[in-house]
Amino acid sequence: MSGSALFIAVFLACIVEAVEALTIVLAAGTARDWRSAITGLFAGLLTLAVIIAALGPAVSSIPLGGLRLFVGGLLLVFGLQWLRKAILRASGNKALHDEALIFETQLAAAGQVQAERRGLVADWYAFTLSFKGVVLEGLEVAFIALTFGSNQHDIPLAATAAVAAVLVVTVVGLAVRAPLARVPENSMKFVVGIMLTAFGMFWGAEGAGAHWPGSDAALLVLIPAIGLYALAMVALFRSKPVSAQPVPAAIAASASSTTTASPQRAANS
Amino acid sequence: MISKLRAFGAFWYDFVIGDDWRVAVGVALAFAVTYLLSRNTSAPVWWIVPVAVVILLPLSIHRVTRRSTS
Repeated sequence: MSGSALFIAVFLACIVEAVEALTIVLAAGTARDWRSAITGLFAGLLTLAVIIAALGPAVSSIPLGGLRLFVGGLLLVFGLQWLRKAILRASGNKALHDEALIFETQLAAAGQVQAERRGLVADWYAFTLSFKGVVLEGLEVAFIALTFGSNQHDIPLAATAAVAAVLVVTVVGLAVRAPLARVPENSMKFVVGIMLTAFGMFWGAEGAGAHWPGSDAALLVLIPAIGLYALAMVALFRSKPVSAQPVPAAIAASASSTTTASPQRAANS
Repeated sequence: MISKLRAFGAFWYDFVIGDDWRVAVGVALAFAVTYLLSRNTSAPVWWIVPVAVVILLPLSIHRVTRRSTS
Protein backbone atom coordinates (compact mmCIF):
# COMPACT_ATOMS: atom_id res chain seq x y z
CA MET A 1 0.00 0.00 0.00
CA SER A 2 2.58 2.56 1.10
CA GLY A 3 4.92 1.83 -1.81
CA SER A 4 2.25 2.17 -4.47
CA ALA A 5 0.74 5.20 -2.74
CA LEU A 6 4.19 6.77 -2.61
CA PHE A 7 4.66 6.13 -6.33
CA ILE A 8 1.21 7.48 -7.26
CA ALA A 9 1.53 10.62 -5.14
CA VAL A 10 4.98 11.53 -6.45
CA PHE A 11 4.10 10.58 -10.03
CA LEU A 12 0.92 12.68 -10.10
CA ALA A 13 2.56 15.67 -8.40
CA CYS A 14 5.42 15.47 -10.91
CA ILE A 15 3.09 15.16 -13.90
CA VAL A 16 1.19 18.26 -12.83
CA GLU A 17 4.29 20.38 -12.32
CA ALA A 18 6.05 19.00 -15.41
CA VAL A 19 3.05 19.93 -17.57
CA GLU A 20 3.19 23.47 -16.19
CA ALA A 21 6.93 23.72 -16.72
CA LEU A 22 6.53 22.37 -20.27
CA THR A 23 4.01 25.11 -21.08
CA ILE A 24 6.50 27.75 -19.96
CA VAL A 25 9.42 26.24 -21.88
CA LEU A 26 7.25 25.88 -25.00
CA ALA A 27 6.17 29.51 -24.73
CA ALA A 28 9.76 30.69 -24.26
CA GLY A 29 10.95 28.61 -27.21
CA THR A 30 8.07 29.39 -29.55
CA ALA A 31 7.90 33.12 -28.92
CA ARG A 32 11.62 33.76 -28.40
CA ASP A 33 14.53 31.46 -29.03
CA TRP A 34 14.56 27.67 -28.75
CA ARG A 35 18.26 27.33 -27.96
CA SER A 36 18.03 29.80 -25.07
CA ALA A 37 14.83 28.19 -23.78
CA ILE A 38 16.38 24.72 -23.83
CA THR A 39 19.55 26.02 -22.19
CA GLY A 40 17.31 27.47 -19.46
CA LEU A 41 15.53 24.13 -19.16
CA PHE A 42 18.77 22.21 -18.62
CA ALA A 43 20.15 24.87 -16.28
CA GLY A 44 16.94 24.57 -14.25
CA LEU A 45 17.15 20.77 -14.13
CA LEU A 46 20.80 21.01 -13.06
CA THR A 47 19.89 23.45 -10.27
CA LEU A 48 17.17 21.08 -9.05
CA ALA A 49 19.60 18.16 -9.11
CA VAL A 50 22.11 20.13 -7.02
CA ILE A 51 19.41 21.07 -4.49
CA ILE A 52 18.25 17.44 -4.20
CA ALA A 53 21.83 16.17 -3.90
CA ALA A 54 22.50 18.69 -1.12
CA LEU A 55 19.26 18.16 0.79
CA GLY A 56 18.90 14.39 0.32
CA PRO A 57 21.64 13.31 2.73
CA ALA A 58 20.63 16.03 5.21
CA VAL A 59 17.01 14.85 5.31
CA SER A 60 18.03 11.19 5.47
CA SER A 61 20.29 11.83 8.49
CA ILE A 62 17.43 13.07 10.70
CA PRO A 63 16.29 10.41 13.23
CA LEU A 64 13.04 8.68 12.19
CA GLY A 65 10.79 10.24 14.86
CA GLY A 66 12.00 13.76 14.17
CA LEU A 67 11.98 13.12 10.43
CA ARG A 68 8.34 11.99 10.50
CA LEU A 69 7.31 15.01 12.54
CA PHE A 70 9.21 17.46 10.31
CA VAL A 71 8.25 15.81 7.03
CA GLY A 72 4.68 15.15 8.15
CA GLY A 73 4.25 18.79 9.14
CA LEU A 74 5.67 20.00 5.85
CA LEU A 75 3.55 17.59 3.78
CA LEU A 76 0.43 18.46 5.73
CA VAL A 77 0.92 22.20 5.18
CA PHE A 78 1.63 21.59 1.47
CA GLY A 79 -1.29 19.17 1.22
CA LEU A 80 -3.78 21.54 2.82
CA GLN A 81 -2.68 24.31 0.44
CA TRP A 82 -3.08 22.05 -2.61
CA LEU A 83 -6.41 20.77 -1.34
CA ARG A 84 -7.75 24.21 -0.51
CA LYS A 85 -6.98 25.50 -4.01
CA ALA A 86 -8.40 22.33 -5.57
CA ILE A 87 -11.62 22.73 -3.58
CA LEU A 88 -11.85 26.42 -4.51
CA ARG A 89 -11.50 25.47 -8.19
CA ALA A 90 -13.92 22.56 -8.04
CA SER A 91 -16.49 24.67 -6.21
CA GLY A 92 -16.27 27.49 -8.76
CA ASN A 93 -14.59 29.99 -6.42
CA LYS A 94 -11.36 30.07 -8.40
CA ALA A 95 -10.64 29.85 -12.10
CA LEU A 96 -9.72 26.39 -13.38
CA HIS A 97 -6.15 25.94 -14.49
CA ASP A 98 -6.07 26.21 -18.29
CA GLU A 99 -2.73 25.37 -19.94
CA ALA A 100 -3.82 26.53 -23.42
CA LEU A 101 -4.83 29.95 -22.10
CA ILE A 102 -1.66 30.25 -20.04
CA PHE A 103 0.38 29.38 -23.12
CA GLU A 104 -1.31 32.09 -25.19
CA THR A 105 -0.79 34.67 -22.44
CA GLN A 106 2.84 33.76 -22.09
CA LEU A 107 3.38 33.90 -25.84
CA ALA A 108 1.92 37.41 -25.93
CA ALA A 109 3.97 38.57 -22.94
CA ALA A 110 7.19 37.00 -24.24
CA GLY A 111 6.79 38.67 -27.62
CA GLN A 112 6.83 42.14 -26.09
CA VAL A 113 10.34 42.05 -24.65
CA GLN A 114 13.50 43.01 -26.57
CA ALA A 115 16.07 40.26 -27.06
CA GLU A 116 19.27 40.72 -25.05
CA ARG A 117 22.41 38.58 -25.38
CA ARG A 118 24.32 37.71 -22.20
CA GLY A 119 27.43 35.56 -22.53
CA LEU A 120 26.60 32.34 -24.33
CA VAL A 121 22.86 32.93 -24.07
CA ALA A 122 21.42 34.53 -27.20
CA ASP A 123 18.13 35.53 -25.58
CA TRP A 124 18.33 36.17 -21.85
CA TYR A 125 14.56 36.57 -21.45
CA ALA A 126 13.85 33.15 -22.98
CA PHE A 127 16.58 31.62 -20.81
CA THR A 128 15.32 33.11 -17.53
CA LEU A 129 11.67 32.38 -18.35
CA SER A 130 12.48 28.75 -19.02
CA PHE A 131 14.94 28.46 -16.09
CA LYS A 132 12.63 29.97 -13.50
CA GLY A 133 9.70 27.96 -14.81
CA VAL A 134 11.56 24.70 -14.38
CA VAL A 135 13.07 25.55 -10.98
CA LEU A 136 9.90 26.99 -9.45
CA GLU A 137 7.63 24.25 -10.75
CA GLY A 138 10.15 21.58 -9.86
CA LEU A 139 11.22 22.65 -6.40
CA GLU A 140 8.13 21.62 -4.53
CA VAL A 141 7.96 18.31 -6.35
CA ALA A 142 11.60 17.72 -5.47
CA PHE A 143 10.70 18.28 -1.81
CA ILE A 144 7.71 15.97 -2.06
CA ALA A 145 9.74 13.20 -3.70
CA LEU A 146 12.58 13.62 -1.22
CA THR A 147 10.41 13.68 1.88
CA PHE A 148 8.15 10.83 0.76
CA GLY A 149 11.13 8.76 -0.28
CA SER A 150 13.18 9.31 2.86
CA ASN A 151 10.21 8.63 5.12
CA GLN A 152 9.42 5.39 3.36
CA HIS A 153 13.13 4.51 3.15
CA ASP A 154 12.64 4.26 -0.59
CA ILE A 155 14.16 7.30 -2.27
CA PRO A 156 14.88 5.24 -5.43
CA LEU A 157 11.14 4.53 -5.84
CA ALA A 158 10.27 8.21 -5.35
CA ALA A 159 13.00 9.20 -7.80
CA THR A 160 11.75 6.63 -10.31
CA ALA A 161 8.23 8.03 -10.06
CA ALA A 162 9.54 11.58 -10.53
CA VAL A 163 11.76 10.71 -13.50
CA ALA A 164 8.99 8.61 -15.10
CA ALA A 165 6.57 11.53 -14.86
CA VAL A 166 9.04 14.00 -16.33
CA LEU A 167 9.87 11.57 -19.16
CA VAL A 168 6.20 10.96 -19.98
CA VAL A 169 5.47 14.69 -20.13
CA THR A 170 8.64 15.42 -22.12
CA VAL A 171 7.98 12.70 -24.71
CA VAL A 172 4.32 13.63 -25.12
CA GLY A 173 5.20 17.33 -25.17
CA LEU A 174 7.82 16.81 -27.90
CA ALA A 175 5.35 14.70 -29.88
CA VAL A 176 2.50 17.20 -29.84
CA ARG A 177 4.63 20.37 -29.56
CA ALA A 178 1.81 22.13 -27.76
CA PRO A 179 0.76 22.66 -24.17
CA LEU A 180 -0.78 19.52 -22.71
CA ALA A 181 -4.17 21.06 -22.17
CA ARG A 182 -5.93 17.69 -22.07
CA VAL A 183 -4.11 16.51 -18.97
CA PRO A 184 -6.74 16.65 -16.20
CA GLU A 185 -4.54 18.87 -14.03
CA ASN A 186 -7.31 20.13 -11.78
CA SER A 187 -8.42 16.61 -10.87
CA MET A 188 -4.84 15.47 -10.41
CA LYS A 189 -4.13 18.35 -8.07
CA PHE A 190 -7.18 17.32 -6.05
CA VAL A 191 -5.84 13.77 -5.72
CA VAL A 192 -2.33 14.95 -4.85
CA GLY A 193 -3.75 17.30 -2.21
CA ILE A 194 -5.63 14.39 -0.63
CA MET A 195 -2.54 12.14 -0.65
CA LEU A 196 -0.22 14.80 0.79
CA THR A 197 -2.73 15.65 3.51
CA ALA A 198 -3.26 11.98 4.44
CA PHE A 199 0.44 11.11 4.57
CA GLY A 200 1.26 14.38 6.33
CA MET A 201 -1.30 13.64 9.04
CA PHE A 202 -0.19 10.03 9.38
CA TRP A 203 3.56 10.60 9.57
CA GLY A 204 3.37 13.86 11.49
CA ALA A 205 1.14 12.42 14.22
CA GLU A 206 3.36 9.32 14.46
CA GLY A 207 6.42 11.54 14.75
CA ALA A 208 4.69 13.45 17.55
CA GLY A 209 4.16 10.22 19.47
CA ALA A 210 0.67 9.12 18.37
CA HIS A 211 -0.17 5.50 17.55
CA TRP A 212 -2.71 5.09 14.79
CA PRO A 213 -5.37 2.40 15.24
CA GLY A 214 -4.47 -0.37 12.82
CA SER A 215 -1.01 1.10 12.25
CA ASP A 216 -0.30 1.52 8.49
CA ALA A 217 -3.82 0.34 7.65
CA ALA A 218 -5.07 3.64 9.06
CA LEU A 219 -4.03 5.18 5.74
CA LEU A 220 -6.67 3.06 4.03
CA VAL A 221 -9.24 4.96 6.07
CA LEU A 222 -7.53 8.36 6.10
CA ILE A 223 -7.18 8.73 2.30
CA PRO A 224 -10.84 8.05 1.38
CA ALA A 225 -12.05 9.97 4.45
CA ILE A 226 -10.12 13.07 3.40
CA GLY A 227 -11.35 12.63 -0.16
CA LEU A 228 -14.97 12.49 0.99
CA TYR A 229 -14.46 15.45 3.30
CA ALA A 230 -12.93 17.46 0.46
CA LEU A 231 -15.89 16.60 -1.80
CA ALA A 232 -18.22 17.73 0.99
CA MET A 233 -16.30 21.02 1.11
CA VAL A 234 -16.78 21.40 -2.65
CA ALA A 235 -20.54 20.99 -2.21
CA LEU A 236 -20.60 23.30 0.79
CA PHE A 237 -18.72 26.15 -0.88
CA ARG A 238 -20.15 25.68 -4.39
CA SER A 239 -20.53 28.93 -6.26
CA LYS A 240 -20.91 30.19 -9.85
CA PRO A 241 -17.97 29.02 -12.00
CA VAL A 242 -15.16 31.51 -12.47
CA SER A 243 -13.91 31.81 -16.05
CA ALA A 244 -10.39 30.49 -16.59
CA GLN A 245 -7.69 33.06 -16.05
CA PRO A 246 -4.05 32.20 -16.34
CA VAL A 247 -1.76 32.73 -13.41
CA PRO A 248 1.58 32.38 -15.12
CA ALA A 249 3.88 32.10 -12.18
CA ALA A 250 7.11 32.02 -14.11
CA ILE A 251 6.07 35.05 -16.13
CA ALA A 252 5.46 36.91 -12.92
CA ALA A 253 8.79 35.63 -11.66
CA SER A 254 10.57 36.67 -14.82
CA ALA A 255 8.95 40.06 -14.88
CA SER A 256 10.23 40.64 -11.37
CA SER A 257 13.88 41.30 -10.70
CA THR A 258 13.63 39.55 -7.34
CA THR A 259 12.99 35.89 -6.60
CA THR A 260 9.89 36.37 -4.54
CA ALA A 261 7.62 34.32 -6.78
CA SER A 262 5.95 31.72 -4.68
CA PRO A 263 6.60 28.08 -5.38
CA GLN A 264 3.62 27.36 -3.21
CA ARG A 265 1.72 29.01 -5.99
CA ALA A 266 3.24 26.45 -8.31
CA ALA A 267 1.17 23.92 -6.50
CA ASN A 268 -1.62 26.33 -6.43
CA SER A 269 -1.53 27.94 -9.82
CA MET B 1 21.94 43.16 -0.12
CA ILE B 2 19.13 43.66 2.41
CA SER B 3 16.53 43.49 -0.35
CA LYS B 4 18.05 40.24 -1.65
CA LEU B 5 17.97 38.73 1.84
CA ARG B 6 14.38 39.89 2.21
CA ALA B 7 13.49 38.34 -1.15
CA PHE B 8 15.21 35.11 -0.11
CA GLY B 9 13.27 35.04 3.15
CA ALA B 10 10.02 35.83 1.34
CA PHE B 11 10.70 32.99 -1.09
CA TRP B 12 11.08 30.42 1.69
CA TYR B 13 8.15 31.84 3.63
CA ASP B 14 5.99 31.42 0.54
CA PHE B 15 7.43 28.00 -0.12
CA VAL B 16 6.76 26.58 3.33
CA ILE B 17 3.89 28.61 4.71
CA GLY B 18 2.02 29.50 1.52
CA ASP B 19 -0.68 32.12 1.46
CA ASP B 20 -2.49 31.21 4.67
CA TRP B 21 -0.18 31.31 7.67
CA ARG B 22 -3.02 30.31 9.98
CA VAL B 23 -3.04 26.82 8.46
CA ALA B 24 0.67 26.39 9.19
CA VAL B 25 0.21 27.68 12.75
CA GLY B 26 -2.79 25.38 13.26
CA VAL B 27 -0.84 22.37 12.01
CA ALA B 28 2.12 23.23 14.26
CA LEU B 29 -0.19 23.61 17.27
CA ALA B 30 -1.90 20.28 16.55
CA PHE B 31 1.43 18.48 16.44
CA ALA B 32 2.63 20.27 19.58
CA VAL B 33 -0.49 19.23 21.51
CA THR B 34 -0.16 15.67 20.20
CA TYR B 35 3.47 15.56 21.30
CA LEU B 36 2.78 16.98 24.77
CA LEU B 37 -0.19 14.70 25.45
CA SER B 38 1.60 11.62 24.15
CA ARG B 39 4.44 12.32 26.56
CA ASN B 40 2.28 13.00 29.58
CA THR B 41 -0.75 10.73 29.24
CA SER B 42 -1.53 7.24 28.07
CA ALA B 43 -4.71 8.36 26.32
CA PRO B 44 -4.92 7.93 22.54
CA VAL B 45 -3.82 11.14 20.80
CA TRP B 46 -3.99 10.15 17.10
CA TRP B 47 -7.31 11.99 16.63
CA ILE B 48 -5.91 15.47 17.39
CA VAL B 49 -4.35 16.10 13.97
CA PRO B 50 -7.41 14.86 11.99
CA VAL B 51 -9.66 17.10 14.11
CA ALA B 52 -7.34 20.03 13.42
CA VAL B 53 -7.55 19.34 9.67
CA VAL B 54 -11.34 19.08 9.82
CA ILE B 55 -11.42 22.55 11.42
CA LEU B 56 -8.58 24.27 9.51
CA LEU B 57 -9.60 23.36 5.95
CA PRO B 58 -13.11 24.89 5.87
CA LEU B 59 -11.92 27.93 7.84
CA SER B 60 -9.18 28.56 5.29
CA ILE B 61 -11.58 28.12 2.36
CA HIS B 62 -14.16 30.34 4.04
CA ARG B 63 -11.61 33.14 4.40
CA VAL B 64 -10.97 33.07 0.63
CA THR B 65 -14.63 32.88 -0.40
CA ARG B 66 -15.58 35.65 2.05
CA ARG B 67 -12.81 37.86 0.64
CA SER B 68 -13.92 37.25 -2.95
CA THR B 69 -17.58 37.97 -2.23
CA SER B 70 -16.99 41.12 -0.15
